[in-house]
Amino acid sequence: MSGLVGDLVAHFNQWITVFLMVSGLFIVIARGNMIKKLVGLSLFQTSVYLLYIAPGKILGGTAPIISPRFSVYSNPLPHVLILTAIVVGVATLALGLALVVRINEAYGTIEEDEIFEQDSGR
Amino acid sequence: MQQLPVLQVVIPLLGALLCALVRRPLAAWLVATVVSWTVPVIAVVLLHEALVDGVVSYHLGGWDPSLGIEYRVDVVNGLILVIVSVIAAVIAPFARQSVAAELAPERVAWFYTMYLLSLAGMLGITITGDAFNAFVFLEISSLSSYALIALGRDRRALVAAYQYLILGTIGATFYVIGVGLLYVMTGTLNLGLMAERVVAVETTRPVIAALAFITVGISLKLALFPLHVWLPNAYAYAPSTATVFLAATSTKVAIYLLTRFLFFVFGARFVFGEMPVTPIFVAFSIAAIFVAATVAVFQSDAKRLLAYSSVAQIGYITLGLALATTTGLTGGFVHIIAHALTKAALFMALGAIMFRAGTVAIDDLGGIGRTMPLTVAALTVAGLSLIGIPGTIGFVSKWYLVVASFEAGWWWLAFLIVASSLITLVYVGRVVEAAWFREPTAVALAAREAPAAMLIPIWLLAGATIYLGLDAGRAAGIAGKVAATLLGGPQ
Repeated sequence: MSGLVGDLVAHFNQWITVFLMVSGLFIVIARGNMIKKLVGLSLFQTSVYLLYIAPGKILGGTAPIISPRFSVYSNPLPHVLILTAIVVGVATLALGLALVVRINEAYGTIEEDEIFEQDSGR
Repeated sequence: MQQLPVLQVVIPLLGALLCALVRRPLAAWLVATVVSWTVPVIAVVLLHEALVDGVVSYHLGGWDPSLGIEYRVDVVNGLILVIVSVIAAVIAPFARQSVAAELAPERVAWFYTMYLLSLAGMLGITITGDAFNAFVFLEISSLSSYALIALGRDRRALVAAYQYLILGTIGATFYVIGVGLLYVMTGTLNLGLMAERVVAVETTRPVIAALAFITVGISLKLALFPLHVWLPNAYAYAPSTATVFLAATSTKVAIYLLTRFLFFVFGARFVFGEMPVTPIFVAFSIAAIFVAATVAVFQSDAKRLLAYSSVAQIGYITLGLALATTTGLTGGFVHIIAHALTKAALFMALGAIMFRAGTVAIDDLGGIGRTMPLTVAALTVAGLSLIGIPGTIGFVSKWYLVVASFEAGWWWLAFLIVASSLITLVYVGRVVEAAWFREPTAVALAAREAPAAMLIPIWLLAGATIYLGLDAGRAAGIAGKVAATLLGGPQ
């Protein structure tokens, strides 16, 4: 039992990553509301940020600024990558929300099943 | 000359910016045309260098590939660069009238902005030798193609774009999860270095998970059955020019990226020898070929029919990859060329019909061959290539696939490939029969032959399907080199 708890604690960042990932994906699949789907999608993308950032931290490492007083540094590359990924995430969310606004203007609803009903009725 | 690899991406990127700045429809089209005619020249030079020297490597900003981003062109992505950029060049003259007719004037410049961004993204995915850089370009091309699709006239285009956005983002995120796992295990994002280092850790769980995430993620982008649900609506409701461009190029680029990972990074021995990738891909490819083709038969809208046909045709390509033999890969890559040319010609012909008749519903197109004979003739020629009639390039690729099936000892697969052509015959036949043999409808009688700016691109592509079909060694020769490079492993 203590082994399992120890395992959970030692890899808690991975567990959080997986929890966020799966719950985000679940919201995308299970919800019919287009805004809620986008919320889930954002959550899903955010989990990946953690997946990248966490292994970049090196125990005992300091910020990656070269100094004679330190010899162990954290890896800066994941942060840079995720900065890019955050920009991509923001752009995706913005475009998604813009589409939802247009869909709301065109259909008067943002519920997927109601939209499909309107389209099949024509 | 040394800067060509980066110019391949930077020129369309700057062109997009310029389009957004000039705002005027005609000026934006001119920018798009100049860019579209420049990129194939660069691509051909790069492919030529790759054929002569083996690999063209370009270090962005002068950084060593282990630290910075490397652009790397070999025969495999050189070929894809040429396909994508040549299609873009052929689309340019077609686009002006088609886009002007289908979009409000104030949106035309934005259309070309998105079009060039999408082009830049696709060329970037293809040329880059860096896994994360490929993700960024994947999102550049995807985000701009969502916007392109949403520019369609029908309000259903909005919903199609939204659904594509959701699934496309899930696919791209899966890809980036896989890349993250590989980065943790190998400590590099450079594809070449990754390929060298992954061998030592290939049996570990993160690497196997990475293979799964990357394969599923990219399969979503390339619309492998049953991950294709976003595709038919997106292609059906997008503006005609956008459909031509996306149908001919975007799935091919995704297939290239998948090939790069399966054969180059993970290596064919690991992926196809030790992981059960072959049976999975063969099963889904066969399902794609039969299910999507059967659904295509029952469509009433010609554009939607061809969209489902795209899903089926992608099945042939993934089938070629799954066989993972020289012949199979040759067939797969010839089919990439074949499908890019054929589908671009078909969708362009429909775009021309849309331009003159205002509809692509099959029932409205009855007898339109009498008023638009040249367009419908090109549609018929490309349709024959889609079926795989001897003398067209569609036959060459299927021939290689059939031979590859026999080589693998799977005669039933060869039978299924031939049988599936009959379904293709049925759905192509529906459109062709309506256009030539039915009594002309009011819509068809009111239509006129398409303008020369549309006819010439359509016939260039239709002619190319015939030319490459008769001179079969040309496409097969380069595809054979691609197959040899892929199976030769890294370097």
